[in-house]
Amino acid sequence: MSMNQTMTAELFFQQVPYILPEITLAAGALIIVLIGAFMGDRGSRLVTWLCVAVMLAAGAMAVLHMPPEQVVVFSGSYAADGFSAYAKLIIALTASSALLLSVDFLADKKLDKPEFPVLAMLATLGMFIMVSAHDLIALYVGVEMQSLALYVLAAYARDDAKSSEAGLKYFVLGALSSGLLLYGCSLVYGFTGSVKFDVISAHVAASRDIGVIFGLVFILCGLAFKMSAAPFHMWTPDVYEGSPTVSTAFFASAPKVAAAVLFARVCFEAFGPAQKDWLGIVVIMALLSMVIGALFALQQTNIKRLLAYSSIANMGYALVAIACGPEFGPKALLVFVSIYAVTSVGLFGVVLSLRTADGERVETIAGLSGLSRSNPLLAAALTMLLFSVMGIPPLAGFFGKWEIILATSSVGLLPLAIALILASVVSAFYYLRIIKTVWFDEPVATMVPVGTATALTLTGATFVLAALTLLIGLVGSAATIAGAGFS
Amino acid sequence: MDNLPILSILTWTPSVAAVLILLLPRLITSPEAARANAARWIALIATLVVLVLAIWMTVAFDETNPAYQFVERADWYGMIQYHLGIDGISVLLILLTAFLMPLCILASWTSVQKRVVEYMAAFMILQTLMIGVFCALDIVLFYVFFEAGLIPMYLIIGIWGGKNRVYAAYKFFLYTLLGSLFLLIAVAWMAVTAKTTSIPDLQAFEFTKHAQTWLWLAFFASFAVKMPMWPVHTWLPDAHVEAPTAGSVILAGVLLKMGGYGFLRFSLPMFPDASNMFAPLVFLLSGIAIVYTSLVAFRQTDIKKLIAYSSVAHMGFVTMGIFSGNEQGVQGALFQMLSHGVISGALFLCVGVIYDRMHTREIAQYGGLVNRMPIYAAVFMLFTMGNVGLPGTSGFVGEILTMQGAFIVDPVTAMVAASGVILSAAYMLTLYRKVIFGTIVNPALNDITDMNAREILIFVPLIAAALYLGFQPNIIFDQTATSAVALVDAFHANFK
Repeated sequence: MSMNQTMTAELFFQQVPYILPEITLAAGALIIVLIGAFMGDRGSRLVTWLCVAVMLAAGAMAVLHMPPEQVVVFSGSYAADGFSAYAKLIIALTASSALLLSVDFLADKKLDKPEFPVLAMLATLGMFIMVSAHDLIALYVGVEMQSLALYVLAAYARDDAKSSEAGLKYFVLGALSSGLLLYGCSLVYGFTGSVKFDVISAHVAASRDIGVIFGLVFILCGLAFKMSAAPFHMWTPDVYEGSPTVSTAFFASAPKVAAAVLFARVCFEAFGPAQKDWLGIVVIMALLSMVIGALFALQQTNIKRLLAYSSIANMGYALVAIACGPEFGPKALLVFVSIYAVTSVGLFGVVLSLRTADGERVETIAGLSGLSRSNPLLAAALTMLLFSVMGIPPLAGFFGKWEIILATSSVGLLPLAIALILASVVSAFYYLRIIKTVWFDEPVATMVPVGTATALTLTGATFVLAALTLLIGLVGSAATIAGAGFS
Repeated sequence: MDNLPILSILTWTPSVAAVLILLLPRLITSPEAARANAARWIALIATLVVLVLAIWMTVAFDETNPAYQFVERADWYGMIQYHLGIDGISVLLILLTAFLMPLCILASWTSVQKRVVEYMAAFMILQTLMIGVFCALDIVLFYVFFEAGLIPMYLIIGIWGGKNRVYAAYKFFLYTLLGSLFLLIAVAWMAVTAKTTSIPDLQAFEFTKHAQTWLWLAFFASFAVKMPMWPVHTWLPDAHVEAPTAGSVILAGVLLKMGGYGFLRFSLPMFPDASNMFAPLVFLLSGIAIVYTSLVAFRQTDIKKLIAYSSVAHMGFVTMGIFSGNEQGVQGALFQMLSHGVISGALFLCVGVIYDRMHTREIAQYGGLVNRMPIYAAVFMLFTMGNVGLPGTSGFVGEILTMQGAFIVDPVTAMVAASGVILSAAYMLTLYRKVIFGTIVNPALNDITDMNAREILIFVPLIAAALYLGFQPNIIFDQTATSAVALVDAFHANFK
């Protein structure tokens, strides 16, 4: 073995600890898929639990191996820092909760096969890669890894026409956006001569190529599709509605965190010096998302469609945080998306907690009528979660919005803050409609609660209520540490 | 006893009671009525405990000291602190809250029959938030308490309200939310600029004139809705009419006072230049509120709606007094807030008494009640006079002082306001005549019974308060003088 090879190998092994969470997920997925194949359908429950355990372990590793300063490994392609570690922990927590929500639902629908958890885990691996991506290749690999798994999850109910439609729609539009993303990447590579974020950033700082700006626009459009920000949001309501509810619960939480964090990293790290070029795009996307998310939700009667528009509006808020720039944006973004993702899982938990005698889940708002009579505890939890997404203090959601408004004040983007507030008031109207249905209307049908989903919902509600205590301070300080290092 | 965190105890005792109310009755397996009774008793005992503590706090409060007292301070979230303290402006508002709550619980004793456990818990949580608003010395903490009050109130109106309750609940929530979110932006901007969220520090911070203008408007958007001032008062009549009796009492008695408290705590001390600049606007709106809403009240056919409009008119005196920026005005506004809390609360309770019997609030359905309910007629008379502002009742003192204060700076507004006093006499006496006097035309009234012991018990403290404050207003001024003078002096020192 030559000297050079030894050094390369040594360097490689020095860098391995930084991608231990990803290795864990990948290896875990391969082993678990074998277990699933060996045990067949009867092993699906075990496989789910194994996946949850591996995902949580990976999330914990990301935090435990968090370097004090940003470390970029594998010749500049992969970043390990507080920002990604925090995001990975949230992704692992919400993805595994969404997976736990799926167990009873899939069993009721006779869909309990080991593929579901394994695919969800592979999507999680994609998200881990996304939040750590430090060059355009890693970015694309992460995005595609996540997306391909999610397309299958959308079409998971094979015999259901709506689910197949959702899967197909998601796939076709997703492929288009991946094309945009890839085209943007190739432009940027062509004009800067590198795929690495730091080289791109140096190039942008030195000269202002119109080609690079073109590439930036394409990349941002592709990413906006993945985080379902307007005007690239069209797929969201249809896919949310058509997919099996457990898949929707999954889409609405962890992938949103990953996409928003990646969006921020691309803006702050690769194109940091071009802030004035992307700021306009981000601001317009933020405004459109907030307006469309708030107004279109008003007419919805299906909870999943409503939550789809709600997530569009919330991604608009996240974009406001990104617009605040690398100094104040990251902390606000992390606090906001982590609280949003947890609340989102909780809300889907309510939808998945109730089934009629023949195993059907609630899909319409009217189906929740009088929930406060039939199941007061669940109704109280749902109410708390909804007031939290509205941003009413002292619930956790308030602190997400507070961080964003604080950030906008720090950089003087007050018009965006005012838009955010107007959107919040309009959104409050449709969230209140659900609360009204739950508390003020008479019960319609008898519902049988589902154990796991209920338990998770209650956990989510406890979390948003825990904002009263010092826990929210903990979230805030963690995000402060994690968000530092961009400025 | 000096180190006792009395404000925290006051604030959180009702919440602990709420948890008890939600948990303990679950141990009682049957029947439903026993659970409801347990909830009622826990709520009553908790509110009485809070009342005793509040009285003790008021006695221990050193009224000669203009600084914040009973201060508690701990880190919470980022720069936001859990920072409590009271001065002469807030101490009596806390006492008022603690005073009205047991009466509300008693008033709901039999009139609320569905979901009693949840009802009592919602009221207990609301009490925590109301006391918290008046104690908070951190502006974000204030906002948290201020805004969180929307949740229980929305549910109280929506679940236990009248037939149009859903509309009223929405209107209440969205109006207030829109106003207070502008407040939130202003708070964030101040936190970034002054690098602190502590109210005493912000009061000492000098914002530029330009900034003051915008901040003042943002705060005004929130407090004017809460107060409510004309033209953003339209949520109030709906909310009052649909809310259950106790909800109306709390709404009129305490929640409206948060607007006035906000002006005194934030607008005047933090933005003196802007307050001075916008004072004519506030005078104009107050004048319109007093005259216009009095005329509107005159045309109402629903008793509760009439009293709700009269509340808007009376709050016009408060805003007028506050922004006159002198000692008479500020003292008078504070007095008017306390007095209105007692009197309008009592009036809503009076409506509740007959509503419980007849299930209607239409004025036309009543008449000749004096023949069947003499005690009720006397009680209602007293509070009618209080609302009119008859000397000897507490209503008089606040009105005369705020008018005095306004007269010094703007005689025209004071004169307009004075005409409001006459108008209030017109609509209140008409109401009284139509409901109480005359002959009984509605046959359903023949069997109506007079107030029972529980109802009399509710009114005794209110009568005592209304008369005592009317004859001995100094008991209030002794408490508030030091802080009010300090506030006014600081205000004048800052903008001149």
